[in-house]
Amino acid sequence: MSKASCNQDWEAVIGLEVHNQLATDSKLFCGCSVAYGSEPNHHTCPVCLALPGSLPVLNRRAVENAIRAALATHCTVNERSVFARKNYFYPDLPKGYQISQFEEPLATGGWVEIPTDGESGEGEARRIRLTRIHMEEDAGKSIHDAADVTRVDLNRTGVPLIEIVSEPDLRSPEEAGAYLRALREILRYVEVSDADLEKGQFRCDANVSVRRRGESELGTRTELKNLNSFRFVEDAVRAEIERQIEVIEEGGEIRQATLRYDPDRGRIHVMRLKEDAHDYRYFPDPDLIPLAIEAEAVRAARESLPELPEDKRARFQSEYGLSAYDAGQLTASRGLADFFEAAARAHGAPKSVANWVQRDVLAALKEREVELEATAITPEALSMLVKMVDDGRVTARNARPLVAVLVETGGDPEALVQERGLEAVSDTGLLESVADEVIAANPKAVDGFRGGDPKVLNFLMGQVMKKTQGKADPGQVRELLARKLGG
Amino acid sequence: MTAPLGTLTELREALDAGGVSSAELVEQALARGEAQQRRLGALVGTRAEAAREAAAAADARRARGELRSPLDGIPVALKDNISQAGAEVSCGSRILAGYVAPFDATVVERLDAAGAVVVARTNLDEFAMGSSTEHSAHGPTRNPWDPERSPGGSSGGSAAAVAAGIVPLALGSDTGGSIRQPAAFTGITGLKPTYGRVSRYGLVAYASSLDQIGPLAHGAADCAALLDAIAGPDPRDSTSLPTPAPPTLPELTGDVSGLVIGLPREYFVEEGVDPEVLAAVREAVAECERAGAKVREVSLPHARYAIATYYLIATAEASSNLSRFDGVRYGHRAECDGLTELYERTRSEGFGAEVKRRILLGTFVLSAGYYDAYYRKAQQARTLLRADFDAAFAGCDVIATPTAPETAFRIGEKSSDPLRMYLSDVYTVSANLAGLPGVSLPCGFAGGLPVGLQLLGRTLDEATPLRLADAYQRRTEHHRRRPPEAT
Amino acid sequence: MSRIGPGEVERIAKLARLRLEPAEAAAMAADLDAVLDYVEQLAELDTREVAPTSHVTALATPLREDRVAASLAPEVAVANAPAAEGSAFEVPPVLEGVEE
Repeated sequence: MSKASCNQDWEAVIGLEVHNQLATDSKLFCGCSVAYGSEPNHHTCPVCLALPGSLPVLNRRAVENAIRAALATHCTVNERSVFARKNYFYPDLPKGYQISQFEEPLATGGWVEIPTDGESGEGEARRIRLTRIHMEEDAGKSIHDAADVTRVDLNRTGVPLIEIVSEPDLRSPEEAGAYLRALREILRYVEVSDADLEKGQFRCDANVSVRRRGESELGTRTELKNLNSFRFVEDAVRAEIERQIEVIEEGGEIRQATLRYDPDRGRIHVMRLKEDAHDYRYFPDPDLIPLAIEAEAVRAARESLPELPEDKRARFQSEYGLSAYDAGQLTASRGLADFFEAAARAHGAPKSVANWVQRDVLAALKEREVELEATAITPEALSMLVKMVDDGRVTARNARPLVAVLVETGGDPEALVQERGLEAVSDTGLLESVADEVIAANPKAVDGFRGGDPKVLNFLMGQVMKKTQGKADPGQVRELLARKLGG
Repeated sequence: MTAPLGTLTELREALDAGGVSSAELVEQALARGEAQQRRLGALVGTRAEAAREAAAAADARRARGELRSPLDGIPVALKDNISQAGAEVSCGSRILAGYVAPFDATVVERLDAAGAVVVARTNLDEFAMGSSTEHSAHGPTRNPWDPERSPGGSSGGSAAAVAAGIVPLALGSDTGGSIRQPAAFTGITGLKPTYGRVSRYGLVAYASSLDQIGPLAHGAADCAALLDAIAGPDPRDSTSLPTPAPPTLPELTGDVSGLVIGLPREYFVEEGVDPEVLAAVREAVAECERAGAKVREVSLPHARYAIATYYLIATAEASSNLSRFDGVRYGHRAECDGLTELYERTRSEGFGAEVKRRILLGTFVLSAGYYDAYYRKAQQARTLLRADFDAAFAGCDVIATPTAPETAFRIGEKSSDPLRMYLSDVYTVSANLAGLPGVSLPCGFAGGLPVGLQLLGRTLDEATPLRLADAYQRRTEHHRRRPPEAT
Repeated sequence: MSRIGPGEVERIAKLARLRLEPAEAAAMAADLDAVLDYVEQLAELDTREVAPTSHVTALATPLREDRVAASLAPEVAVANAPAAEGSAFEVPPVLEGVEE
């Protein structure tokens, strides 16, 4: 933890505004594709170019996804919400206003749970309250790659977004990061968004203030704009907290301002001060009648939601007897949770499967920097491999590298074990002769054991395992040696 | 070749009888337009080539007996704020200099589907902001009855083109009276449909919650025929009403017996209205009574607030609607160094004084600290005004008023006093605020200039005021009088 | 009493990205003042219990199915642009991240 966020005297107060792209094929108010990475202005039409006379028509799937996102974060979906115009001039805002929601947003209230302690995680989760979720359209892109000209690409103009506004409930950069990870996980779980950070589908502004511990009044806040990775958010918030504390401790005053974080230099830049704040002149968009969402539609949406991460975590604990930490790890993504459950069901002993998933599958994924869904391993294959271990047909030591093989190329564990000659040695006669060989070759060790040093047994076991290429069952070997040495 | 064209009904009869071809009508319209242009300035451009092709196709259909509609092969003109693929759409503004629209307005598609032939685009007050058609980058349009006078506005070009016999039919747009008042000033019939009856897709927005496209023609029956071609739901306009639009033409039976005409007591006072105008309107109402209609007094207690309400709402919406004219994607761009200059110089050079005035007023009433006192207050007054009409229509079928408090005024007479110009919309703006249909029809002459009678109907009931107007026109000759030909 | 002066008009003009010459600003201030004076009559209406009307249509906004429709060809999209390079619009340089 940084010196600022664990400062004895100071407390940080952080609220986040997340802009999340809703998963759709077409834009929020026109039929242009939302495809990413095309040449400039290849996905534009009279509506998103703001040609004179064009009019917006709302995308049904965007509304449905926004409702799902609201329900998944426990918000109340408002029966009536109103699209409003946010007026300002910028080259990538072709209408001169952004269609957003202001006085009457899509949804209000709600919360997101974050673990109170990211690592050990045995404590209970903490609820970060949400103020609101509203729908809006994205702006286009200004390309500043030349000194004498700015180029404008409107492919992104009109891409559907929800803005998720939290209450100022977060108290540290780490909590801010945890909140964002939890929120992203929920949005991906309920399939309203890919929330791909690389593609700018999940972006964040942070409102930051500090106050002396014990004070209830909020300090003057600043707003950090356009933070597009979890690490930037944490770094930027940390830098801003430190800056604010320093300013106040030196007798200065925090001025309300919009800031930008330069991740390369780790520096905060002022974009504009409060005095120059925009007067957005919001008013209801006369081109769009209010959005009516019937209770029945909300009910249907609620029913169609998959189990949420927090519910899944609770269930994994009660149903499979897992710890909060294990349940948290196994529900980190919907794909992983589904994989674990399918493997556990096929196998029958969830705890044993959980170990394999957490230890071996996650390690293999991490090593390869891939998502589970992109690999070849199936829950059935994992379950079968674990079963072979349980049955003593392959040792755990020899089975573990096979998890990586399954991740890499898939395949049938039975065949893999055979191909590689990894079947466990269960032939007692063979084991006995190996044991005799080892005892004969290591008289010193044998003496040591008989002299009362039990650690020597491990050495002898290691020798047996080595000679059998790990294919012997360690328990069986230990028993055999102990018997032969007359223990 | 430069003789005036007749009415839709006359031209259709001539076409049916084989006495004339659509191609000949188009040539006549083009020649007549050119001959009248220096005197009237009604047109901003012609569509000669496309019109000739369309006329030839219409003649071929006629030969095959495959007519698409009563408008097939009939020349029409479009107000220059209606988008048309391949046409320069200027809205009477320098800021759209050189802009060629890449798409058709829905009404243009429907005219095409009906076989109507667009021959010309007509002049208007810049962005339809005005009541005189003086405020245009193309110069003023003049009244065919007296070229020293204004044809009214903002659809003055369309009204003058019909009145002068250049085309039998034209489309205009009406935000606060911009179809009805020019119809009154030029002695023709014009209809503002119910808000949402005709798609606004492709109409360059002035005030989106008030704008409607509507027909101008010599008589009510011709207006009905044109309305029937363009009305009905449009999935590209979210404010378009989903209710099917049944044809109104068959409703024009000439029978108005028992129909109740309401006369708002607030509008039948001697103050602020030319006595000759009021007398002509009273006589017209008496004629309707003789035709079988009944007359009773109604009250619109909030009508006196209509102008104030209108100018606050219309300018607020306009200030936002006109933000897209920024010199980035189309139209005029000023010589400039930086981005602020790009915006400020482009917009200051591109917009005329009246447009700037309204943008400033609208920006002011939406700005921080003034929204509630002005904009929200006007929206509340709008609610009260709508309730007035609901109450009044509980006791009558049509509401009759003068269309304008005076006959056509002299060009330049009011242009130095914007407020005085605004006040001349006193009878027309209420229909836009309440979303109601309204017809203006000629009901006499004062000082040799036409006087307009306005008939307002219930929401979605264009048919009743049209039926009354048509019945009146079956009994009178005012709509058959034509302005004197230049000598 | 003046409701809006040339200073206020300049502030509003800046918001609306209009540049007014001093004489123009003074004339606009006078015009707007007259209009604001006129609309002051609305203050006499008791609207405490009155809901605002933003739309006369008492319906809900229609929804469109999420289907991709044809976009304009890129050369058409920028055909009207005062300045473009390839398929991108061009404007004077904007300081990155700074909204003006």
